[in-house]
This record gives sequence, C-alpha cells and structure tokens, in this order.
Amino acid sequence: MKKYGAVTALDGLDLDVPGGTVLGLLGPNGAGKTTAVSILTTLTQPDAGSATVAGVDVMSDPRQVRSRIGLSGQYAAVDEHLTATENLEMIGRLYGMPRREARRRGLELLEQFRLTEAADRPLKTFSGGMRRRIDLAGALVADPPVLFLDEPTTGLDPRSRGELWETIRDRVRGGTTVLLTTQYLEEADQLADEIVVIDHGRAIAKGTAEELKRRVGGEHLDVHVSGVDNVRKAESILAAVAIGPLRVHADDGEVSAPVSNGVEALSTVLRALEAEHILIKDIGLRRPTLDDVFMELTGHEASTGAAS
Amino acid sequence: MSLLRDATTIAHRNMIRIRRVPDVMVFVVVQPLMFVLLFAYVFGGSIDIPGGNYREFLIAGIFTQTVVFGATFTGSGLAEDMQKGLINRFRSLPMARSAVVAGRTISDVVYNALSIVVMSVAGLAVGWRIRGSILDAIVAYGLLLFFSYAFSWVMACIGLMVPTPEVVNNATFVILFPMTFIANTFVPSDSLPGVLKTIAEWNPVSTLTHAVRVRFGNIPAGTPEPTAWPLQNAMLYSLGFAVVLIVVFAPIATRLYQRTSK
Repeated sequence: MKKYGAVTALDGLDLDVPGGTVLGLLGPNGAGKTTAVSILTTLTQPDAGSATVAGVDVMSDPRQVRSRIGLSGQYAAVDEHLTATENLEMIGRLYGMPRREARRRGLELLEQFRLTEAADRPLKTFSGGMRRRIDLAGALVADPPVLFLDEPTTGLDPRSRGELWETIRDRVRGGTTVLLTTQYLEEADQLADEIVVIDHGRAIAKGTAEELKRRVGGEHLDVHVSGVDNVRKAESILAAVAIGPLRVHADDGEVSAPVSNGVEALSTVLRALEAEHILIKDIGLRRPTLDDVFMELTGHEASTGAAS
Repeated sequence: MSLLRDATTIAHRNMIRIRRVPDVMVFVVVQPLMFVLLFAYVFGGSIDIPGGNYREFLIAGIFTQTVVFGATFTGSGLAEDMQKGLINRFRSLPMARSAVVAGRTISDVVYNALSIVVMSVAGLAVGWRIRGSILDAIVAYGLLLFFSYAFSWVMACIGLMVPTPEVVNNATFVILFPMTFIANTFVPSDSLPGVLKTIAEWNPVSTLTHAVRVRFGNIPAGTPEPTAWPLQNAMLYSLGFAVVLIVVFAPIATRLYQRTSK
C-alpha cells in the first residue's frame, strides 16, 4: 500500500510475475501503475506490504535489487548533452562495469538498435523515438534479469512503437522477466503473457489478453449523431444489438456498444437509424480499447486522476 | 571504493557538458575573465592602496569572489538534475547514494580550477604578479579550491531544497553579495566603518582573501599587521571554516538527495 497524503495510490495490489514472462499492468492515468513500479524499483518505499524482485526483498536490500533490474520510464531518462555512447557508458559504469566493458556493451546495444551512425551525437539532436530507444538501451546495459518498462511507448509514433515492441520481445525470448505498464490494451495484448488491470490502486481483473477481450466482447459499434433526441433514439437502437453496457457521450452525440457480430449489428443499426430518419455523422466498428475494458469491468470510464 | 568510482563517473558526465553547454563556458571562463578586466580598469584607476598597487591587491579578491560564486553552480546544477527524469535512472542504479552530489562537487572543483587559470592569466596581463615562492603560490591555489569545494556542499543543500535552478541564483545572490563585499576583497577592511569592519574581519571570505594575498606576496609594503584574530590566523581560520562546512553540510546534502523523490 502507498499513500500520498490523503490520496491512496496503491491499495492492496498483489502481483506475481513468473521468471521469463511479461506481466502487463494496464490502467488509466492515476491508477497507480507508476507507483507500483517506483516501489518495485526501490525509488519509493511502500507504507505497508512487501515485495521481492529477482528473489531479493526491495525494502531490506534495495541495492541488491538495483543491481538486478533495468528501468525504462515514460520520460526518457538520458542526459541530452551526452552522446548515445557516453550515456550508455555512464550507465554501465554506474552498474559497476569496468570502463572498457561498459563501452563495448554500449556500442553493441547501439548496433542492435540500429543507432550506430548516431552514436557520437548529443541526444539533444535525437528524435523522441530515438531517445526512448537509448533510454531502453540504458536499462539493458547490464543485462539485468528483470526489466521494468513504465509506459515505454506513450507518445511515440506507430513505427517507433513497433520497433520498441520488437526489441522487448527479443529480450523476453532471451529469458528476461518484464513488468510493463501501459495505457494501451493493444500494447498489453502485443507483449504481455498476463495482464492485470488496475484502477485506483487495486487490481480489478487478471488474465491473458484473450480472456480480457472475451469479457469485453469482440467489437464495438460507435455511432455519432447530433441532437439530444437523436442520441436517445440511437441509444435504444444500439441497446437492441449490444451485448454489454452502452457508453454514451450525450454532449458529443456519441453512443458506443459492445457487439458480438459486428457486421450484422452494423447493418441492423444502419437500417433502424434510417427508418427513424436520423442523420448519421459517423458510424463504425472498432476493436475494444482500454476504455471498453474499464466500462465492462467497473461500470465507469477510465478516469484520469492526478497521481500516476 | 564504489563512492569514489561512482562520483568520478558523475563528475566526468558533468565535465563533458562544458564543451556542449555554452552557459557553462560563459560561467566558468567568460565571467571570471570579465571580472578581472572590469575591476582592474574601472576601479583600478580610482582606488588607491597606501603603499601599493591596487590591481595587485585586487586579484586575490576577485579569485575568492569567483570561487565563492562558483559554488552556486553546484546548487543550480543539482537543482537542474533533480528536475529531470535522469535522476530516477540514477536512483534505480546500484550506485553509491551520495555519488550524484559528490560527483557534482568534484566537477565543480575542476570548473573552479579552470576559472582560476583564466583569471591568473588575465591577472598577469593586467599587472598582477606572484611575488612569493612557488610553494606559497601552490598553497594559495590549493586553499582557494579547497574552500570553494567546501562551500559547494552548502550550495548543494540549497540546490536540493529549491524547486527550480533559477531559484538557486536568486536565493544565493542575496547572501553572496554581502558576503563577498563586506570583506577585504575589493578594499582593505580597515577602511570599513564600525560594525561592518568587525563583520569583515570575521568573514571567512576575508580570511581566505588575506591568506591568499599573503602567500602570493600581494600585501603592500608597510601595511600594518591585522589586529583581528581571524586575520592574524587567516590560513588556519579559513581551513577550519572549510572543514566545518564539509562536516556539517555533506551529510545534510546526501540526506536531502536521498529523500527527494518525484
């Protein structure tokens, strides 16, 4: 458990990550993901409870824990005035590696990450995606058995995101254990063996990506209309095909419903809307998102809180 | 020893910046150079030192003023580091806990040494001379660096307590200006009125300046021996003061660093 003043950031969260697997910690801003990572990486101490990482107690032997973990956060923790090589060498040295080995390992990682040509440029000149990769490389310098990735791809473009995912998969194939936090269901789906959904510092669901998606339903049908009356009509039309609770944004004229057979539901709804002479601004099918998971699991939308 | 190795790694990281961050260069090289030239030419002509050469008297004062102000760099540098994500990386690494602060104080000694070299060359150019022995000169330079090293631990504490690097400069200028001006840095302390004279005599900046002047042989001939105890024992007083600063502020700074978390 962890409290910040009156705000309880973590409240009885229980996690277990088997060696060599990826656990995805999925939740909105303020759910307590970063707090959990901070405790497990010894940056903060819990007010109550215990944790062991790679067999070491985080409270009684934090230094030993630090030598066995790598952390890559949501903000690229690199020195922007140093070059890529200098950054990695510095981190290697601080892991206790001899200078030459730290340097060799840094160069090796840059080659793996296809950043060799940029090796001797200060990171200031790097794009956001490149900095993130250097940050991740920093977490890998000492080849730690456990990796903590706190929203590693938040704010990245799809291409950089895909490249980062590939790197992470590579590590896992090599036997690394990973705890990954993310706001994206897709990311957890892509990388995690098991997903824990958290909200307000508590685990609200646990399972594989498939299991979670099955609970949320396969697809979602979104309808966009204008006018309060039309929204109400659209609601009742969608309710007929929905297999779970509807989500309504009356102000924006948006109604969303989980459906089992997407195409069939789409044409049913289209016909019904036309029969009522409701002007459709937009209509479409999409894969479930974190919001949908939350709607299904908690009955409320993924809220955005202050602490994260 | 891992503290020494980690602190050196951090110091190395800080020193790489001097080549890449223009602000650092200005602070370390341009500003000290400017002070020597400004004081020498602006005040040099209008202030008379009985029996001596003002420029020669002045240089030691500028040395001490510069190294004392140089210590603020430790504070603003740390405050800047604490704002960045990099600090979380450091905290998650198996490094010595005090290495980030200790490394900063070490790199600042190097910065200060560089400033002193620049000022010495500029000083020689405007007529300052080392009139004592080489050994005395080495002792004088060593004392300057040791004092600034000790003082940088005080600034480290300030840097770790304030929210942004800018606050360090604003907060410390209020202390450092009186500290370096109510002293014998730019004028002999005898010329100060009443209570200011007493403050100046006990001010460690005065004793440091006096000790350095004595070692450089820059005390004008015929100057009466100082009557105040700290100035009579300037070397001892300055060294003792520096040691006390380290003993008191180094543990506080380390504590502050460990406690500050985002």
